[in-house]
Amino acid sequence: MSLAHLASLRLVAAAALAACSVAAVAQSTEPVRVGLLSTLSGPGAGLGVDIRDGFQLAVKLNDGKLGGRAAEVIVADDQANPDVGRQTADRLVKRDKVDFMTGVVFSNVMLAVGAPTFQSKTFYISANAGPSQYAGEQCNPYFFSASYQNDNMHEAVGKTVTDKGFKRVALIAPNYPAGKDALTGFKRFYKGEVASETYTALNQLDYSAELSKLRATKPDAVYIFLPGGLGINFIKQFVGAGLSKDITLFGPGFSGDEDVIKAVGDPMLGMFNTSQWGHDMDNAANKKFVAAFEKAYGRLPTLYAAQGYDAARLIDAAVRDSKGKLDDKAAVKKALEAAKFDSVRGAFKFNTNHFPIQDYYLRVITKDTKGRITNRTLGAVFKNHADAYVGNCKMPAL
Amino acid sequence: MSGILLLEQALNGLQLGLMLFLLAAGLTLVFGIMDMVNLAHGSLYMVGAYLIATVSAAADSFWVGLGVGVLATAVLGMLLEVTVLRRLYSRDHVTQVLGTFAILLMCNEGVRMVWGSQPISLNPPAALAGPVELLPGFYYPAFRLLIIGVGLATALVLYLLVTRTRMGMQVRAGASNRDMALAMGTNVQRLFTAVFGLGAALCALAGGMLGPLLAVQVGMGESILILAFVVIVIGGIGSIRGALVGALLVGLVDSGGRTLLPMLFEALFSPQVAADAAPAVASILIYVLMATVLAFKPRGLFPAHG
Repeated sequence: MSLAHLASLRLVAAAALAACSVAAVAQSTEPVRVGLLSTLSGPGAGLGVDIRDGFQLAVKLNDGKLGGRAAEVIVADDQANPDVGRQTADRLVKRDKVDFMTGVVFSNVMLAVGAPTFQSKTFYISANAGPSQYAGEQCNPYFFSASYQNDNMHEAVGKTVTDKGFKRVALIAPNYPAGKDALTGFKRFYKGEVASETYTALNQLDYSAELSKLRATKPDAVYIFLPGGLGINFIKQFVGAGLSKDITLFGPGFSGDEDVIKAVGDPMLGMFNTSQWGHDMDNAANKKFVAAFEKAYGRLPTLYAAQGYDAARLIDAAVRDSKGKLDDKAAVKKALEAAKFDSVRGAFKFNTNHFPIQDYYLRVITKDTKGRITNRTLGAVFKNHADAYVGNCKMPAL
Repeated sequence: MSGILLLEQALNGLQLGLMLFLLAAGLTLVFGIMDMVNLAHGSLYMVGAYLIATVSAAADSFWVGLGVGVLATAVLGMLLEVTVLRRLYSRDHVTQVLGTFAILLMCNEGVRMVWGSQPISLNPPAALAGPVELLPGFYYPAFRLLIIGVGLATALVLYLLVTRTRMGMQVRAGASNRDMALAMGTNVQRLFTAVFGLGAALCALAGGMLGPLLAVQVGMGESILILAFVVIVIGGIGSIRGALVGALLVGLVDSGGRTLLPMLFEALFSPQVAADAAPAVASILIYVLMATVLAFKPRGLFPAHG
């Protein structure tokens, strides 16, 4: 064996050793991977964009880290289509090996994304969709809702309408499962008479027929659950028909949020809606969030943005409190359940079904001191409100 | 059920029908004369609405916005014809569908890049924002009356244009027999560009009229394009008269069905059944209408080709 040969062997050994130690270092400094799968194209894109912007803002304000480790956020589009959602979720958990999933807007997509995510033992932190299935019988240790349960906001409006003394209320929702759940939630806390209950097509443009019917039935108030563009169409036509003078308009937070206000403008003034959050809520975490969001994106944040932001903060807390050992699922679950972060909505804690116990507020759309048309939070409708399905949840082991 | 409700429904149907006519007129001419399936027609409607909303906000006047937006969209439509669509005329329908579908996707993404994903605001002029009392106790939104007026005026202008002018004659000749019109020396290229510009202007006008009622957002063109296709299939491809009759039929059946069917079902069945069945039946009513028309007149009500 020549000297040169020996030297080269040594060199190889040294290189191998170096490579090993580099790998070991890489293990502990490997970034936290988050799959942010949301609706970024089509008519519902505005909602997904806000979740994404809220989430990324939280990461940015945290110096690009989650729980002290570098964060890698992989953004993908579900096109509001359950099939696309399921395939993309599959890719994110199998190929990209993400540690957390988040971002889905629509409940029908959520139900499709859930199965591959839970099977791969990946934690899902919902930044919007809160289907009743996951709150009740199909509750899952890998699912956490950082937003609400779908029925909650509708329940809060039902309570408000009753408290304000309205006796005859007309209800309008699209003819699909979430629409029916919404009106069920509303009726759970509404004690008066239902003047009419109308289900419209999910892609309806013109509401003149429904408006004529409202004019004929003469209710005191109307409650709409018409997400996105549907609500915009309805509110514009409702006000144009002059019905807003005699009938008070109520909706969940989605129908009265900043994205809808931006599209409708003045006709929104005076509309009541409910939410677990408002951009004017007085706590330090919220003030920081709203100011940073306005600075970064030049618009007021919506509910969706706040939920995206909180989802990132929750993941941040879980990575931190599980000491970065993301393979220890029990530790991560425990840290998520503890939810040790300052939510922009104030008090926040998880129920046994991993859905929030939180306050819900009444908001009204007015002009603020700067002359902008926006929401003002009036006061709490529910304190420490839990969802109606928690009793059906027998949380399985990991 | 009262007479007022029926009258209101008739006006609503008329208003929806006239707006569909504005979209269908351009679509049917392009389809009839150039034998071209243009899926990007709805995109011109969307772009028109966005331009009108933006200029209206900048100039603080709905009317200025409407004028500028309609003209700009017409120019845009002609540019699109000269640069891209012209190359597709001689291809088969599948290629045209693929090509114009690509344009549709590009328009959607382009609008998203310029204006963002969130819907933008376009409100009627303040004077027309409220309702007016047409009969004692019968209020109707002023802006919807304006839509009816604009729709009727446009239909009249189009009628005069098609039946009384030289361009209209060439358009009719092109629609009924394109090869013969070519042989008789019609400058087809210029005619096609003009027709396309006119179609685009009508799209933008519809966008400006419907924008204050509907959400101005990405993808708004697709939902209404389907209705416009139903209209031209019912009316007969290539025929302006067919587009008008088809649009009014679709408008009346659609809005009438959504009010009267639930009432009928509630009288006949239990409320639960009525709540489930009535919206479902009402939403398929226009397709039933289309199928019925096609069963008796397979080429539509007023076929243009001889």
